[in-house]
Amino acid sequence: MSINLVIFSGLALVMVIAALFAVTSSKIMRATTLLLFVLFGTAGLYFMLHYAFLGAVQITVYAGGIVVLLIFAVLLLGKGSVDITQTSMRRYLAGTITALTGMITTIYLIITTDFSAGNFTATDVPMKQLGEALMGTEKYNYILPFEVMSVLLLACTVGAILIARKK
Amino acid sequence: MLILSAVLFFIGVFGFFTRRNLVSLLICTELMLNAVDINFAVFNAYCYPNMLEGYVFSLFGIGIAAAETAVAIAIIINVYRNVHSIHIKRLTNLKH
Repeated sequence: MSINLVIFSGLALVMVIAALFAVTSSKIMRATTLLLFVLFGTAGLYFMLHYAFLGAVQITVYAGGIVVLLIFAVLLLGKGSVDITQTSMRRYLAGTITALTGMITTIYLIITTDFSAGNFTATDVPMKQLGEALMGTEKYNYILPFEVMSVLLLACTVGAILIARKK
Repeated sequence: MLILSAVLFFIGVFGFFTRRNLVSLLICTELMLNAVDINFAVFNAYCYPNMLEGYVFSLFGIGIAAAETAVAIAIIINVYRNVHSIHIKRLTNLKH
């Protein structure tokens, strides 16, 4: 248990610090790289929960796909991607107040709510069960969202090509 | 773990308020989506260890995030081609 706690604390520390710097850094390339650390930390959390497939998907899709797309965008935009103007003090204040209020409220609710959480048993979800849940047609199975997702991905790909194409 | 995801989410909200650049806003959106995915997985693991709902929803969330990023980046590149800037102050053509 204690080794889990140590690993979790390390991951949480890295993720929060990386997220803070990603949000405040003025160079977008740096922000993207720091986002990568947050995404890897999330994959680590999934591995800690023994959700190996979810962690693998997180690494391949998020860290492998989305970050590469973001880096492409940053490099294609070149000079345009630098935050030149300083954000005004008022905006900083508004953002800080909103974020802090929301964070304190949420954390207070999380601490005071009794989630009736069972004791965490470290068992990996077998791939067979997951595949049957994704492709089955019975109760608690997800064939319809799965197919909708595939159509959505196709539509997004075609739409992205249409938008980015030269006239 | 829920507290960690709450903190990450509101860091994203803070960034959304303070950054003035479309790519930065996209990064903040990714942070928030990521926090939500963590929430799904943690609730599934601790409250309903025998079910798969949170697991599957996290998978769908990741897929939707990927699609959303692809479209958003296409839009951003197109905007840059037309306006030569992705700073939010300059994007006022839709305002009037």
